[in-house]
Amino acid sequence: MNLQILLENRVEAAAIILFGIGLTTLLLNRNLIKKIIGFSFMDSAIFLFLASEGYISGHTAPIQDAAGSLPAASFINPIPAGLVLTGIVVSVSVTAVMLSLTVRLYQRFHTLNLDEIVQLAREANEEEEEAND
Amino acid sequence: MKNDLDRDLSLSLEESAPQASHLDAAHLHAHDTRIHRQDRTYSARENWAHALSLGVYRALSVLVAVGVILVLLWGVMDLPAFGRETNPVENEVSERYLAQGLQEGGATNLVANMILDYRAFDTLGESNVLFTAATAVLLLLRGLQSREANHPLASAAPEAPADPILRAGARALCPVILLYGLYIILNGHLGPGGGFSGGAVMGAALILYREAYGPEKMGRFFSFRTYRAISFFALAFYALSKAYSFFTGANHLPSIISNGTPGAILSAGLILPLNIAVGFVVCCTMYGFFALFEKGEI
Amino acid sequence: MEIVMTLLLIIVLLNAIMVVRTKHLLAACIIFMAQSLVMVLIWILLQSPDLAITEAAVGAGVSSLLFFLALKKIQAIDQGKEDSTHEK
Repeated sequence: MNLQILLENRVEAAAIILFGIGLTTLLLNRNLIKKIIGFSFMDSAIFLFLASEGYISGHTAPIQDAAGSLPAASFINPIPAGLVLTGIVVSVSVTAVMLSLTVRLYQRFHTLNLDEIVQLAREANEEEEEAND
Repeated sequence: MKNDLDRDLSLSLEESAPQASHLDAAHLHAHDTRIHRQDRTYSARENWAHALSLGVYRALSVLVAVGVILVLLWGVMDLPAFGRETNPVENEVSERYLAQGLQEGGATNLVANMILDYRAFDTLGESNVLFTAATAVLLLLRGLQSREANHPLASAAPEAPADPILRAGARALCPVILLYGLYIILNGHLGPGGGFSGGAVMGAALILYREAYGPEKMGRFFSFRTYRAISFFALAFYALSKAYSFFTGANHLPSIISNGTPGAILSAGLILPLNIAVGFVVCCTMYGFFALFEKGEI
Repeated sequence: MEIVMTLLLIIVLLNAIMVVRTKHLLAACIIFMAQSLVMVLIWILLQSPDLAITEAAVGAGVSSLLFFLALKKIQAIDQGKEDSTHEK
């Protein structure tokens, strides 16, 4: 019964699972680039969920003809499309900022491993404090 | 020793990608030697408390991730069925956009109508997000190259001339891609497309030109000054052209500019100029991202 | 359409799992690019051509390009360091 609903709503279910995979990557992978890719997957999952909510089967893309003769009931919901459109472009700028931060971190610590970066940063802090004393 | 530490961390943390932190094995020895100094506090093998905390973190992460997926899937089970007309999402707001959009906005592409007319402030904020992101990348990556350029070997090796195939391909493709991007922007109110996608396509054309002919030739017609000027004027134009809705009580639907004939290029009031402004901002930002990542300056 | 949609969703999930499993960062970025291309097809099936065009240009094009460039940059930083150690 429950599985039946999940299969019918499979786009939403797939979006949720994609979100989960992205979250797991973000939490468990130590590599910064992989973390960023996981974050982008979470973005994609949200977009997929939103767009699937706006879809109505049998209806077409919301593009009216010049005479305005197509009835409003023949289009899918335009609101999720608009939201996702802006979201896609924002996600690429977020990716760019995260990647540039990664490049700077790599330049400073010469590793992409977050654990090593945290450790090296801690050591650098301690050295600085010792120097100040 | 370096490998030791890697194994230590990977033992307790993750089995899937023990070496994934490095680009490839050849670069292993190039890493900072400071990491295997005397301090063993954070080595999982020598400090059992650290190993334990890593294990606890890992278990908790798996628990959280699985828990989130299960809770959300449980929520999906209560969602209305996929793709039905009677779903609560299809309410009076979208009905209004679909039924009245052509009369009120004038664009046949009802999505463009929505994002550039009904919800134009949203898009203004988003263009500003793009510009802010480009500025942040500029702050972070500027001067990265110049410090490397002080290195004797880095400065001695001039940039290799681009591949002749790339040059010939770019000569043929760049104008076409640029034209296609312009087409997408100018047709944003008539069909699928608009400022965001068209701007990204135009940015891709500029990127291809730069890759093929080098930054010097690119700098002849697109320098940092050009970037600054285009971004500023496009954003300012957008903000000013929507500012009148402050005086009309946030109701910017009745426009001074007539909507024209639906389906013609010069129609839909402010949507076409706004699309062009957004397209220029996106184009500059995409090219700016590329230039900053490649060379550390636009 | 139903079958194609299901297939595409499965490919999306497989892609995501492959990114987690792969050990090579370049491969991960290429899978990310492929993921965007599959998403383009999904947008078309969901009747959103605006999204399809934007995702094709932004997600598969510029975003993956930035990933490749960042990897290249990281490699360049490493090489510069190697050279300096050799000189000493």
